[in-house]
Amino acid sequence: MGYRDELVVDDRQNGLFRVNRTLMTSPDVYRLEQATLFDHYWLYVGHDSEIPRPGDFVRRTVGGRPLIFLRDSAGTVRMHFNTCTHRGATLCREDAGNTRLFQCFYHAWSFDTTGKLVVTPGAEAYSPRFDRGLYNLVAPARCGSYRGLWFVNYDAEAVDLPSYLGNAIEYLDLVMDQAADGMRIVKGAHLYSVNANWKLMVENSIDGYHAPTVHATYVDFVKDSGGGQRKAALASGRGIDLGNGHSVIESPAAWARPIAYWEPFFGEDARDEIEQKLARLIDRHGEQRGRRMADTFRNLLIFPNLIINDVAAITVRRIEPTAPGHHSLQAWALAPAEELEGSAALQRRLDSFLTFLGPGGFASPDDVEALESCQRGFAAVREVQWSDISRGMATTAGSQDELQIRTFWRAYASVMDGAGFPQRVDGIEAPEAAQAPVEAGVTR
Amino acid sequence: MTVAPAADRLARHALRLDVEEFLYAEAALLDAWRLDDWFALFTADARYEVPSTDLPSGEPATALMLISDTHAMIAARVKRLNSRKAHREFPWSRTRRIIGNVRILAESGEEAEATANFAVYRSRRDVSVYMGQYRYRLVRDGDTFKIRFRRAELDLETLDSHGTLSIIL
Repeated sequence: MGYRDELVVDDRQNGLFRVNRTLMTSPDVYRLEQATLFDHYWLYVGHDSEIPRPGDFVRRTVGGRPLIFLRDSAGTVRMHFNTCTHRGATLCREDAGNTRLFQCFYHAWSFDTTGKLVVTPGAEAYSPRFDRGLYNLVAPARCGSYRGLWFVNYDAEAVDLPSYLGNAIEYLDLVMDQAADGMRIVKGAHLYSVNANWKLMVENSIDGYHAPTVHATYVDFVKDSGGGQRKAALASGRGIDLGNGHSVIESPAAWARPIAYWEPFFGEDARDEIEQKLARLIDRHGEQRGRRMADTFRNLLIFPNLIINDVAAITVRRIEPTAPGHHSLQAWALAPAEELEGSAALQRRLDSFLTFLGPGGFASPDDVEALESCQRGFAAVREVQWSDISRGMATTAGSQDELQIRTFWRAYASVMDGAGFPQRVDGIEAPEAAQAPVEAGVTR
Repeated sequence: MTVAPAADRLARHALRLDVEEFLYAEAALLDAWRLDDWFALFTADARYEVPSTDLPSGEPATALMLISDTHAMIAARVKRLNSRKAHREFPWSRTRRIIGNVRILAESGEEAEATANFAVYRSRRDVSVYMGQYRYRLVRDGDTFKIRFRRAELDLETLDSHGTLSIIL
């Protein structure tokens, strides 16, 4: 069975794009995704600012595997599978901390931060041929980082991370270059979940079309706080296929941004400081790029499951599938290191973040509601088989069109078919479909 | 351990009873979704906070919170939840709050600092329980109080079994 054509219909002749809903419900599809996608593609783990000092560690579940993401005693960032090589017990049982040694609570085998087995209690009971060197902690096949963002790949043959990120690097840089001294993850994470297939969260995170409806109360809030002065902003951006399954919506800032678009939400006191931030960006990066960084929303998908949305603030959102109808989310705030703890600048950023984003925000809960309602709708999948993602196929895709979502699905279907990434869409996808259908028997 | 004079003990008990009564009345407003009445309980400089589950000690100036509302943001939250377009809470979920272990930590002038344990049951399709501890700073207002500071620290590692935090805790 082919995913392309049979389950993801990409009809460029007629400007139609449909996704079969079994892709969101089938346990078989879910298992194949684990084997095909999550075992072979680069998956985001964490940012190195989360583990600043030697011995710092955090625990993550990535692609279903338990990982320790840590900085070893010598300062090198590493990952180990969080399972004792002796009998399998979870080695690190805290979510975060600092250590020189990981001691298993089961039989007290202990490993240093490089993963080397250093203690086996009752060592004399093992035969002389027992080789401790075979029992060091196991590292994933590949780790890689780009500007502090660390990824894992469970496939030793995978393409290197920079090649994989490809054209997305331009957009990652537009985020990372907003800081003069690098970006950091702010402490405190949004850990929540959705009773819906993970791919619906991918769609939703890069979907401009839903904003006026799902987020009507947010738009009202922005208006009430004197913002949203650029009425057409959300509709005037564009969706872009970046290749390798990555995609982005780029649109003029529709409301306040800590870097660097002032609206009354931030208060009159902050106006000068935010304008100075813009001026410094322009100094560092030139007029055009500086303004683009400061004044533009970016909703970026790194295929398959990392979202970096640079909107009212910057969120890094990791989508971890847990079942066909459920996924977990980990989301963090990314901030320039120079926005110090306790500073007005960081406070503004976090306040702005929380207006929209997160499980207690004024917008994200309604996204969760939308996704869960879709998943419940899929219970009628035998009778109502298809979801439609055709918006903007016959035009230059705007930010409220669905090109960036189709990009995900095209890559998904092609990868699931074992065919690698499809050719990047550059231009109008279905130009012929811009003409009205020719009715039978009518000569034009 | 010295025993406080009876009059002091009585005054302390009376304060705790007043605080308990206030918290029960507040919980009843929230369970009844009388959000405008609830909002009227706050002082103009009030704050409402819920720290992230992985950092219950988190402060809004240094950490990403789940909720960090000024008075204006509380007003916006109430307005939103009163709307039919707050989709996660339309129709409203049903909630029931159990509050206990009310303790007065400090009292100075017009202000009392109190903690209380809570379990907030929310039902909408599924039932979930948000449990944790409240921290309040309450200001005397005639024979009742106004809320100057209200913080709900969750005893949850994640919101994995809750999805979101769309109600007011």
